[in-house]
Formats: sequence, C-alpha cells, structure tokens
Amino acid sequence: MSLLAVHDLSAFYGDFQALFGISLEVAEGEAVAVIGANGAGKTTFLRTLAGALPVAHGSVRFGGESVAGRPAHALVDQGIVLVPEGRKIFPSLSVQENLQIGAFRRRTGPWTLERVYRLFPILADRRDQLGTNLSGGEQQMLAIGRGLMANPRLLLVDEISLGLAPVVVKHLYEVLAGIRREGATLLVVEQDVSQVLTVADRVYCFRKGTVSLAGAPAQLSRAEISAAYFGA
Amino acid sequence: MAWLDAVVQGILLGGLYALFATGLSLIFGVMRLVNLAHGDFSILAAFLAVVAVRVLALNPLLALVVVVPVMAAGGYGLQRLVLNRLLGRGILPAVLVTFGFSVIIQNGLLQIFSADSQRLNPGGIETASLALGGGLAVGWFSLLTFALAVVLLGALQLLIGRTAVGRAFRATSDDGDTAELMGIDNHRLYGFAMALSLAIVAIAGIVLGIRTTFTFASGPDRLLFAFEAVIIGGLGSLWGTLVGGVILGVAQTVGAKLSPGWGILTGHLVFLAVLLLRPAGLFAKSRRVD
Repeated sequence: MSLLAVHDLSAFYGDFQALFGISLEVAEGEAVAVIGANGAGKTTFLRTLAGALPVAHGSVRFGGESVAGRPAHALVDQGIVLVPEGRKIFPSLSVQENLQIGAFRRRTGPWTLERVYRLFPILADRRDQLGTNLSGGEQQMLAIGRGLMANPRLLLVDEISLGLAPVVVKHLYEVLAGIRREGATLLVVEQDVSQVLTVADRVYCFRKGTVSLAGAPAQLSRAEISAAYFGA
Repeated sequence: MAWLDAVVQGILLGGLYALFATGLSLIFGVMRLVNLAHGDFSILAAFLAVVAVRVLALNPLLALVVVVPVMAAGGYGLQRLVLNRLLGRGILPAVLVTFGFSVIIQNGLLQIFSADSQRLNPGGIETASLALGGGLAVGWFSLLTFALAVVLLGALQLLIGRTAVGRAFRATSDDGDTAELMGIDNHRLYGFAMALSLAIVAIAGIVLGIRTTFTFASGPDRLLFAFEAVIIGGLGSLWGTLVGGVILGVAQTVGAKLSPGWGILTGHLVFLAVLLLRPAGLFAKSRRVD
C-alpha cells in the first residue's frame, strides 16, 4: 500500500486554480520527483500536501488515513514535513535554533541534532551564527536539516536548486541520495531535471496543473520528458 | 539632595512602567497586535483584586495568586475566541476590536463599582521606607516593585531566549506561515502569549492599586505610559523596555520637581524627543522588513 495516495486533487493558489485533478502515489521508502516548468503547479501541490493550502477537491490519504483539510502543524505530527521553496530560514534564530524549531513537535525517530550535524558538518561549525548569515547553499542544508529534525515519514522538498550554483546543487542531491539510502521517503519538486532524475525512482511531470507524464526515469526518453515538460 | 531623590524615585517608578509595558511589547512582537485595552486590563485586574480582598478576605499581595491566573486564562480565551480571527488582515481590525474592549471594560467597571476611586491596602508595606542616609529614603514597596520588574523581565528573557516556546515565539514572529509548516500551532501559541501578557499586566495593575488610588477610567493613562516606555526602549528589546520605563519615570519625577504640574508633561516631552532623535528607540533590534 502507498504511504501517500493523492487522488483527483484540485487546489487554488489565491483565486487562481493551479491544480486540476492530480493523482499521484508514493510508496514507503521511495523517492519520487515532480518536475515541470515554472507555474506548472508543483509548489502549490507540495504546499497543499503540507496543509499550507486547502484541498479544493479530491482526496489525500497518508498511511491509509484521509488527511485532506488538516492544518499544517497537525500534518507535521503525522510525519508530513515540507522543506519550503526559498528555504525560509528564520532570520532571528541561530543555525542551531533553526534546527531545533524543526523538532518542535518532538516526533521520535532517527534524526537528532548530532546526526544532522554529522550530515552537514558546516552547520555544526556555524551553529551559533544567525541562520541568514549562511551562504545560499548552506541555508539550503539548514532547511533540509530542519526538516529532518521533525523525523518525517515523508519529506517534501521544494526546489532545492533555486538560485544555487550547479556544483552546490550536485552536492545537495548527493546528500538527498544519502538520506534516501537510510530509508527516508522523499517527494522532491524540481525545475532542474538533470539532477533530480539521479535520485528519483519514479518521476511525474506536471504541466499547467495536470500530470503530463509519469514513469521510472530509465523508461522515459529525453524527448518524451521534453514534450511533457514544455508541451508538444 | 532633593534632585537626587527625584531621580531615585523616578528610577523606581520606571520599574512599574516596565511592568505595564512588557506585555504590550510581547504581544506586538509575537503577533503584531496592538492591544489598546492593555491599560484597562490592568485596571480590571486591580478591581478583581478589590473583589478578592473583600470576598476572600485576602491581603492584596495574596490576591495576586488568584487574579493573575484568572487574567491569564481570560487572555488565552480572548485570544482563541476573538483576537485570532482578526489576525492576517492588517493592524486595523485588532486596533478597533481592542479599542472596543477598552470601552466595554471601562463602562462595565463603572456600572459595577461606580466612579468612586479604589485602593488596595496591603497593611503597611506601602508606606514603609528604607533610609539610605543623607536624608534620602526609598519606599520598600517601590523597591520591591522595581525588583519584581527586573526578575520578571529576566524570567521572560530566559523564556524567550532559551526554551522551545521562546524559540517558537521568535520563529512565528519572523514568519508565521513557515512556523506552521514546522509544526507550530500559531493560534495556540498566540493564546499563550496573550495569557502571559495579561498575567504580567495583572501584576502591574495590582501593584498600581497598592501604590495609588485608581478608578474605572485609569486604564488609558497606563496604556500611554506603557507605549512610551516601549517606544523609548525600542521594540523587541526587553531590557530596553525597562530602560524606557526608567527614562520615562525619571523624566516625570524630575519634571514634577521643577513644578508640581509638569511631571506628566515632561515625560511626554522626553518621549517626543526620543521619537524625534531615535525613532526606532534606544535599543531596537534591527529587523528586516519584507
């Protein structure tokens, strides 16, 4: 059975309908990527799953339970945790405090401050600095670490490549692959197709708020992806 | 010596103003809510203490034990039932609604307790004084008030700086939407902040009632002094609030020394001078506005 099963989901971004009947599944331990151009509805999709936006229509089942309409903080209790687009580091909190905020609900699990610091040693070195004093790449590490501190059953990751140099993006995806090898379930949204396909077991392509293509990366040709991404 | 005395009295008075200002500053800091009924809540607490003293035959200082939890619970309920619904629509709805509370509280108190002035009598401590030598003496109760303000501010500083709830306060203040995504229930947290704010202002109200007489209409003045202390000290700085209270208190007592009618006026003038020269206050934390 799928950990996450989304069926016929519609959602709005303000007055604008951004999602039109999305269906998608993520199995326990799987890494699933959602790719698509700007405005395809990827971020709206993740924010809806995380409870930051309401479900207008359709169903969202997590661990067999219907979770549509629950507020974001309650979904963190269930283990759905979002690493938001643009990192959203709390500016008046230190690096360590930003990580600690991730553990606010005290969900138990493998992730502790110590373990996150082992994953990202640079954060340990800068633990007392303000989170926003870090470089963009380091802030993205902090945002991922903060998400892990919640001990998620499903980690939603929104566009970690945003505004970062290719070498940094490559490193972050290696880290995600590592997190995944340790048994985490990931749903990753990305515009930058090349990196995300290296971690994903399956990929969904969104276009104008609908699923335009789905499958395992190995079974999809570049031409198919390109057509689904940009429209034929 | 008389001047030194005025300064010392002013510093101690500043402790009381800090007690009034702290809750106001906390609420604004955490949820950008301006509570125009803040002063009236303190007077409400003082009247509740009057009732507790009469009905339960308590010493006013012991009445704190009853009134502070009642005010805290009331603050939590008020936030959850009313004020949370007004957030996220700019600052004006909350200003209007808390102004409404101010009117309701004042008129309710007038109906129930009449316009007679009231006083809380703790049985001697309010008039006892400590001679410092050289003709200088300070009231024990003023000293106690100041110490209480320092202890409360210190405790609040620890709460905000070192605990999970304090981190949540700061995170929510930075970015409420993202705080929700981290598992923080903002509405519940706001309820807790309001409970804390009204608990502290309840202490301030009872202390005020022991120092001086008060009526149903004493709240707005308290609000004004609290605002002035917060703005002089700088938003977001707890110790700045204490310094702001002290500056306001000293300005008032020194002004009153110049001429008995000038006390309040001098306080306002100093406040205006600070606003002119350091609009962000003396110890404001610089914040990014986005």
